[in-house]
Amino acid sequence: MMTIQEKANEIVDEFSIFEDWMDKYNYLIDMGKEMEPMEEESKTKQNLISGCQSQLWLTAKYDKGKIYLKADSDAIITKGIANVLIRVLNGETPDIILNYDLSFLDKIGLQEHLSPTRSNGLVSMIRQIKLYAVVFKSKYEQI
Amino acid sequence: MTFDVNKIRKDFPALEQKVYGKELVYFDNAATTLKPSVVIERLSNFYKKENSNVHRGVHFLSQEATTAMENARQYIKEFIGASSTSEIIFTKGTTESINLVASSFGKKFIEKGDEIIVSELEHHANIIPWQLLCEEKEAILKVIPVDDAGELDMEAYKNLITSRTKIVAVAHISNALGTINPIVKIIEIAHHRNVPVLIDGAQGISHKSVNVSILDCDFYAFSGHKIFAPMGIGVLYGKEKLLNEMPPYQSGGEMIKEVSFEKTTFNELPFKFEAGTPNVGGILALESALKYIKNIGIDVIESYEHELLTYATAQLKNMPEINIIGNASNKSSLISFVIKGVHHYDAGTILDKLGIAVRTGHHCAQPIMTRFGIDGTLRISFAFYNTKEEINIFVDALKTVIKMFL
Repeated sequence: MMTIQEKANEIVDEFSIFEDWMDKYNYLIDMGKEMEPMEEESKTKQNLISGCQSQLWLTAKYDKGKIYLKADSDAIITKGIANVLIRVLNGETPDIILNYDLSFLDKIGLQEHLSPTRSNGLVSMIRQIKLYAVVFKSKYEQI
Repeated sequence: MTFDVNKIRKDFPALEQKVYGKELVYFDNAATTLKPSVVIERLSNFYKKENSNVHRGVHFLSQEATTAMENARQYIKEFIGASSTSEIIFTKGTTESINLVASSFGKKFIEKGDEIIVSELEHHANIIPWQLLCEEKEAILKVIPVDDAGELDMEAYKNLITSRTKIVAVAHISNALGTINPIVKIIEIAHHRNVPVLIDGAQGISHKSVNVSILDCDFYAFSGHKIFAPMGIGVLYGKEKLLNEMPPYQSGGEMIKEVSFEKTTFNELPFKFEAGTPNVGGILALESALKYIKNIGIDVIESYEHELLTYATAQLKNMPEINIIGNASNKSSLISFVIKGVHHYDAGTILDKLGIAVRTGHHCAQPIMTRFGIDGTLRISFAFYNTKEEINIFVDALKTVIKMFL
């Protein structure tokens, strides 16, 4: 089992081979396309994280102390970044997710997509994942 | 005067910069225009040498600033063909101008069961103030529908006007589609039934020659920043007779004649509607921007921009993946489009990386997006400093985008 940091490092390595920003975005687009599609019935208003520019759906499940996430978006770049986040955060405990700072995104040069001014829903997605972690922790774990 | 775009471009320092190492192609002029050096210098000079509050001080600087500001008002009055400086109200921008009318005109003239007409292609700034007014007064908001080309259904409009219609508020030019609305006809039809008309000129002012006296509109609202002036300054033109009948919008300093705790009497037009310290620097820079435009010639600008529109439209129509939204016969230099199978956010992100500034999304005009069954578009909007070469760069970039996503 990889730790959260190992998973993040792996993604940083994958992106490090691209010198050209366009190759990096092509890879991101591939990651968006490869992501396991979300069931249509999960694309509800309740699961919608609305950004001004693109729509993003997120679901979270708690199983045996770990959180499992799924996401989808109508914009493929948003979806690709959501996939990057999920690959790192999936299967982690609420505590690990709450304390993880996501600075690996800076290393792959995607931080600009996480600026609140981008209004693509990714900032809200991270907030929502952390909120799920808080809720699962207080519901299923003794504090 | 011959139009030399290369010479013009030198007037705009923002065009000299590179983004992500590439020459900036600025195609987001409908959101805000770049500023020529004369405007930037005018603003900066005010704060360097003239900064002073207006209409109050006996001292030299205050009097100079007051004179400069009132001269600017005079210039703006002439620029839009108003009959008196009492009709030129300084605001923060189009949004505030429309809110002023909705609030003040609404307070005076709108009653339960009255009707207000807007169109389906309005910017939210020309929908929501009226919607809130209707909620407050239990009035009814009626909407002129738009056809598949993006033009207003004028027959439907005629039928919407009733004896309860109190005001019609429509855009001069649609910010989302580029449609130039037949405002002369719209005003004529409304006036035939004694209904006043507000024109949202946010997009109109920089592309069309505007003469409010010839148009005979009752209100015309515009923003400085969309006509090469700074942000935070705008104008509301209103017919003096109507403005006189309307109560103040905001209250405070400058707009009063006499104040006691028993009663306040209000100052005359235009000051009645200008509570607080005005944006003097912005006003003076707006005057500079209008002079700059006038010097080039709005007709020259219009015909050059039309050339850009025709050129870009032809190029986009050649690309089978592109679907232009809004094909009105009379269009401003703006093209809204979707790429089949590519989300506008994705396309906008890549275009940005290629140095091209476009707008993506619903353009604060969700009802018209709904009308066309889409949730957003990519929009390119030109100013007279744009070139065909830039359109070529853009079209190549668009081909790259299509290759990446499809």
